[in-house]
Amino acid sequence: MVHSVHTEEVIEVSAQTQIKPMTMNFGPQHPAAHGVLRLVLEMEGEIVERSDPHIGLLHRGTEKLIEHKTYTQAIPYFDRLDYVAPMNQEHAFALGVEKLLGITPPRRAQYIRVLFCELGRILNHILNITTFALDVGAITPALWGFEEREKGMRFYDAVCGARLHANYFRPGGVAMDMPAGLAEEMLEWTESCPKTLDDLETLLTDNRIFKQRTVDIGVASTEEALDWGFTGPMLRGSDVAWDLRKSQPYDVYEEMNFDVPVGKTGDCYARYLVRVAEMRESLKIMRQCLKSMPDGPVKVNDYKVSPPPRAEMKDSMEALIHHFKLYTEGYHVPAGETYTAVEAPKGEFGVYLVADGTNKPYRCHIRAPGFAHLQALDFISKGHMLADVVSNIGSMDIVFGEIDR
Amino acid sequence: MSKTEAFTDLADHIRDELEDIILNHSIDDEELCLIVAPENICATLQFLKSDKDCRFTQLISICGADYPSREKRFDIVYHMLSMTLNQRIRIKLHVGENELVPTATKIFSAAGWYERETWDLYGIYFDGHEDLRRLLTDYGFHGHPLRKDFPLTGYVELRYDEEQQRVVYEPVKLTQAYRSFDYLSPWEGMTDIQLPGDEKGTIPERGWKQSDKTVGGQK
Repeated sequence: MVHSVHTEEVIEVSAQTQIKPMTMNFGPQHPAAHGVLRLVLEMEGEIVERSDPHIGLLHRGTEKLIEHKTYTQAIPYFDRLDYVAPMNQEHAFALGVEKLLGITPPRRAQYIRVLFCELGRILNHILNITTFALDVGAITPALWGFEEREKGMRFYDAVCGARLHANYFRPGGVAMDMPAGLAEEMLEWTESCPKTLDDLETLLTDNRIFKQRTVDIGVASTEEALDWGFTGPMLRGSDVAWDLRKSQPYDVYEEMNFDVPVGKTGDCYARYLVRVAEMRESLKIMRQCLKSMPDGPVKVNDYKVSPPPRAEMKDSMEALIHHFKLYTEGYHVPAGETYTAVEAPKGEFGVYLVADGTNKPYRCHIRAPGFAHLQALDFISKGHMLADVVSNIGSMDIVFGEIDR
Repeated sequence: MSKTEAFTDLADHIRDELEDIILNHSIDDEELCLIVAPENICATLQFLKSDKDCRFTQLISICGADYPSREKRFDIVYHMLSMTLNQRIRIKLHVGENELVPTATKIFSAAGWYERETWDLYGIYFDGHEDLRRLLTDYGFHGHPLRKDFPLTGYVELRYDEEQQRVVYEPVKLTQAYRSFDYLSPWEGMTDIQLPGDEKGTIPERGWKQSDKTVGGQK
């Protein structure tokens, strides 16, 4: 817009004049803010001088709530953190409690957990890549990707009855076994899914506009990535071959054969490529899980921790008592503390659990990967154009459930 | 070399180098924990980060914990990761209510938000932090919600007022009293108590075992 300027209003600019940068508000209802991110941006023209993310608009006090619930009741809160990949977070909590209890889930349960964690990783990356593409101007990937995501979520539905908030993993195994025929269906899906990934790649990987918006944007060197506490694809995009599934394997990851893709340039495009490659590796892990999954129980055979089967409760008094006690009082976890981390799709998701010997956690700190990533938005966006902030947010894989907790 | 042995070596090395600083250390469940005084936290972090035998180059998280019955009621817990050693380490500080803790932002940029969060939720002040604002709670929030004496329901609630055409804050009104179910009982099955005359009851290591059937409907 052009305003007519009156001659007497001409501003005198001298060497002493200080020009205040324009402050701009971004969000919290902006579609590219991936939820409820409010950014206060200090602009020098169209260049971002400083960005100050205001978070907490989705703060629900998860950690406080968990302190007031039994260990079993705490699991659903983990679904609601990063609601794009719920089971990966339940996994961290389940592993932490198992460590304190000193129990190991049966082999079949470990396979099921790894299988569904990898499914979660694919669903998460599909969502991230397609919405990222949407932010930088491509709408088709979102339409194609969400169709595939829906197919994957049907497996969630089949196994636990919910598309999103699974509440499926338990300390000591999983809630119930997979329904008959699901394994074959999933195996079929792992064969058809690469086609969709190929399609997404033809739309994005060599796309001129997508590359113009992402290559050399938001570069983090290896040192910077470590300094800012990056994990997951953000760290691997900056040329650090670090994956907890390889370096500190949990459950049956040790037996899985897969590669860790690493990006060389540390920019938004490298992170995109890492995520695409990771999805293909996840499919590989899923196939291995499905092919070598043993038969057997899916939770520990210890009725002090996991409930007895429904049928047994009909004719066993002790089973009934155990069921009643588990669903009212819950189980007691011996006093101790642990930090247990898993490689969630977004990075290292850790749970610092302090148990005091009762049926409720004394303290449960949740280390969310997105929290550390979003913190670095200021440094990563400095000197970039306003439109590049959107690329940076997209490539960081921000989900507010886990950041605000 | 087992993980515990590796930790013992590492702990010995750290104790040698930082003799006067490390107050105590423990290795539980293959996790190494150091306890240091608040004023020495920066020296400890700097050493762990730059020493060639440690290389804890990543600060994973900082969080608080509240133990109201203690004289110094708060713990501040730092978690670090060394990719070279493939090991984690936990550093703990015991801090009183009005004590200052030096900021770690000069050593790790990642500390910034974690310290803001700890300040917000526990009210522990980090000395030297350049931007110690509240992070997770509402604008204008009072109190520190993760302290054990802060009620779960909080003190204020908010709603949209049709007449004033804006969101208003009011003291919490609960239409139904907050029900805190306390089922905690000395359930003998969970705590290894040997009852007199029940010696044979202690044969299973933990809990009641059934031998002929499997669990979960799987044969």
